[in-house]
Amino acid sequence: MCLAIPGKLITVDGMMGIVELGGVRRKTSLQLVPEAVAGDYVLVHAGFAIQVIDAQEARQTLEIFNEYFSTLEEEVEGGK
Amino acid sequence: MNGFEQFRDKEHVKTLVQKLHTIYPGGELKLMEVCGTHTMAIARYGLRELMPKGLHLISGPGCPVCVTPSSIINASIGLAALPGTVIVTFGDMMRVPGSEKSLENLKAEGADIRVIYSVLDMIEMAQKERKKRFVFISVGFETTTPGTALVISEAESRGLDNVFFLVANRLVVPALHALCTSEDIQIDGFLCPGHVSVIIGYGAYREIADKYGVPCVVAGFEPVDILMAIIDIAARVSSHTAGVGNAYGRAVTAKGNTRAQDIMRKVFNTVDAEWRGIGLIPESGLALQEEYERFDALKFFDVPLVSKPDPKGCRCGDVLKGVIIPPECALFGKKCTPTSPVGPCMVSSEGSCAAYYKYGD
Amino acid sequence: MKEERILLTHGGGGRAARDLLEEIIVPIFDNPVLDRMEDSSPLPKEAVGLVMTTDSYVVKPLFFPGGDIGKLAVCGTVNDLATAGARPVALSVGLVIEEGFLVEDLKKVLSSMKDTADAVPVPLITGDTKVVERGRGDGVYISTTGVGEVPEEIRLAPERIEPGDVVLINGPIGNHEASIICARNDFSIGAPVKSDCAPLYSLMRSVLDFVPETKCARDATRGGLAAVLTEIVESSGCGITIEENAVPVDDAVQGICEMLGMDPLFMANEGKMVIIVPEDKAEICLHAMDQVSGRGQSRIIGRVHDRTPRLTVHTPYGTSRIITLPVGTQFPRIC
Repeated sequence: MCLAIPGKLITVDGMMGIVELGGVRRKTSLQLVPEAVAGDYVLVHAGFAIQVIDAQEARQTLEIFNEYFSTLEEEVEGGK
Repeated sequence: MNGFEQFRDKEHVKTLVQKLHTIYPGGELKLMEVCGTHTMAIARYGLRELMPKGLHLISGPGCPVCVTPSSIINASIGLAALPGTVIVTFGDMMRVPGSEKSLENLKAEGADIRVIYSVLDMIEMAQKERKKRFVFISVGFETTTPGTALVISEAESRGLDNVFFLVANRLVVPALHALCTSEDIQIDGFLCPGHVSVIIGYGAYREIADKYGVPCVVAGFEPVDILMAIIDIAARVSSHTAGVGNAYGRAVTAKGNTRAQDIMRKVFNTVDAEWRGIGLIPESGLALQEEYERFDALKFFDVPLVSKPDPKGCRCGDVLKGVIIPPECALFGKKCTPTSPVGPCMVSSEGSCAAYYKYGD
Repeated sequence: MKEERILLTHGGGGRAARDLLEEIIVPIFDNPVLDRMEDSSPLPKEAVGLVMTTDSYVVKPLFFPGGDIGKLAVCGTVNDLATAGARPVALSVGLVIEEGFLVEDLKKVLSSMKDTADAVPVPLITGDTKVVERGRGDGVYISTTGVGEVPEEIRLAPERIEPGDVVLINGPIGNHEASIICARNDFSIGAPVKSDCAPLYSLMRSVLDFVPETKCARDATRGGLAAVLTEIVESSGCGITIEENAVPVDDAVQGICEMLGMDPLFMANEGKMVIIVPEDKAEICLHAMDQVSGRGQSRIIGRVHDRTPRLTVHTPYGTSRIITLPVGTQFPRIC
């Protein structure tokens, strides 16, 4: 029940918008995310945008790898 | 392609797997996911192969198709036979067997059954084909329900008289309660469904974590997302702090999508509901509020809900509860295969059995 | 023939049917054998090592980005011949036309067949036309039968493959089915994707010229790459492993699959050939394929790795999964 894809909101026309993923476009209802603006990345499920993706959070998640990676390096070095 | 490939990056995955092995407390740990999309993702990426010894990923009742009672399928088949009706459904439901047939069988017999990607498409159809009556098989958890609620609300305000809904939507948290209070299962942590959580918020799992002392961590669906959630759960188990975590920060907040929650409450109220293979779970299903009752397909067409127990030997219920893994069912791969499925777990592409069969172990 | 639309009488064997043949169908194919309009036509006298194949085409919609039912009808049959290493020598065509079908559309379809056949080249030397009542056909159904000639030294068969052999493909997968999904517009998806519908005889000729040791070739049509590899696995009794990262998929096809919850491995193609060659010939084979498909299109995607019949996909994460054929066509899913 969870198949939702992150796409870029290309245009907004009232409560509908066009979302694009890899060059594929589909009209999408924005009624659940009225605050979304063109340029946002939104999660789309069954023709409805259900969330605006938080780019800052996405970056932070990716930064955690660097943390993991560096702590792993320390652990490896510490074990030598 | 869209900037989110990083969450599939193989070097990141390698790092996370190493981290998981480093922090794993050892011993046997059973983590359950309750989302068909998680079942598929774990199988597709082969994540079980990467787990530390003793860490088991179990599939729970996360596939709305698997848990939709056969009575609903039977009712849709009954509705499809009525002249002038069009059955509109998500693709997921097409091959699920009712007591005798599936919607796909019925289509071959000449019934007008249409697969859609979005229930919005049904409104367009209904407006074009005014003489036909359109019945939507409404299944899904909280990811899907708000969209359906919006459409029902829209149908009401537009005064549409040729659309109807066969409502079989379910709620996740009551199912988690049922799993935690069931005697035959032991779950050490829940991988909570990422997109349901977008709607309900991760705060919704607090009652599960606190009451049962089971850590609940929200997970997205890319390999990186799932691994980060598993690492979080393993860490919580290690430190004996259950609680709720969110490993899908870019999409999930504590409160969730309140607008979506509001529209769900406006259109639906909560009822006790039957889950195929599990039985009755209190307050786990949805029904139309009184002011929308005219859209209820069962009421309008006066079609009864007839239940028959699943065939002898079918252990879908045990699979859905995570008590057994698919190969442990005597029918798996023998009497029950994707071409001739006995129970729903083999039919649905998200069913645990189909995933096991398709992707191997 | 003045009519704008095909009538039942055009299939009746009388004057109207004759007019349809003489004025519309035969002139489009412009072929001395067909011009004689005999009940049966001779194959070229010199043809030896003959193979024959037949196929029917019922695609909907009839016209889609990258092709139409006519082009498909020629390519599909030519490609089946190509999998045997055969040079196409002749085609026949059977048309079942729905009453009311626009003559203009019929001309388009037939011209498409002619153009595709000329590009191979293969002559269309005999055919048949029937008309069915309105409502009993989707515009037009086409059957084609192809006869080809296989040089004596060529024997392509799955039974010849062995562990160590390498698996190649001539380009990205899933484009045909993706273009049909967009053309049908059931799901309101717009994407810059075209069917890969194409004849593969020249590809196979190049491959066989450079690599006469080629073991096996199969065109990946309905059921996709997964279906054709499963067939090869079952016929050969060997296990094949595919590297997921090596299988080319266009962004737009990937996007459609992500959106609808479909798997590109199972999506239909109409211009893709899976080729299996001995390990030491893999690079030359790529070179041979590049000559026809353009540099960088073709890929090595996997290998035959043992004698346990199983199709395995290696993920980028070092894990594996086993692929089995799905029951039927994929439906889009929300779950």
